[in-house]
Amino acid sequence: MQVTIKLFASLAESVGWREKVCTLSAGATVAEGWALATGEAALPPKVLCAVNLNYCALATVLNEADELAFFPPVTGG
Amino acid sequence: MTVLLKEAPFAPYTEVQNFAHSAFTSAGAFGATATFVGTMRDYNEGDAVRSMTLEHYPGMTERHLEGICGEARRRWTLLEALVVHRVGEVRPGEPIVLVAVWSAHRAEAFEACRFIMEDLKSKAPFWKKETLAEGTRWVTQNTSGVATPK
Repeated sequence: MQVTIKLFASLAESVGWREKVCTLSAGATVAEGWALATGEAALPPKVLCAVNLNYCALATVLNEADELAFFPPVTGG
Repeated sequence: MTVLLKEAPFAPYTEVQNFAHSAFTSAGAFGATATFVGTMRDYNEGDAVRSMTLEHYPGMTERHLEGICGEARRRWTLLEALVVHRVGEVRPGEPIVLVAVWSAHRAEAFEACRFIMEDLKSKAPFWKKETLAEGTRWVTQNTSGVATPK
């Protein structure tokens, strides 16, 4: 299945890209999506993740055409 | 309930007046308006800050802010709420965020305004990058919303 993976802010800068489409095995989790997209890079502490614009857990199972995002703690307002 | 993201500077008190004028059929329809305006400082962590860039997650940011307003409406009896937040480059003295809440009585307006602001601070996907005299740096966390009494 294909999943779009997006990175934001300092995480995008440190990893070196902002968006890519990855092919994952059926039943893959958010954590597995991170590992595949980044070449098994260590997930920085406190990183947040979202699937289809909603916060999720690293164990969340992905589905075809999902949009998966990773980003650092938020600092708005 | 209205959420607006703005790429250009905005005048928060004009936004409040214009919104109330359009949202209510009479000036006597509400008894309380609570507002919070967050403005960019020209210093942070001991350094002068020249400007700041606010990144957001298009789609998720709006959805999350609308969700916060919806949750406030479930918790308290509110008449209206308005959230305006800047994105892009912001300069010292410019408003970053406006939260305004209208209700019949003050308690609901005060509490919902605080709730929306604190939830925005801790969960809405925005990220600040400061430009200093030398280089840039990301803001890594927001300060506590709880004041320490003197």
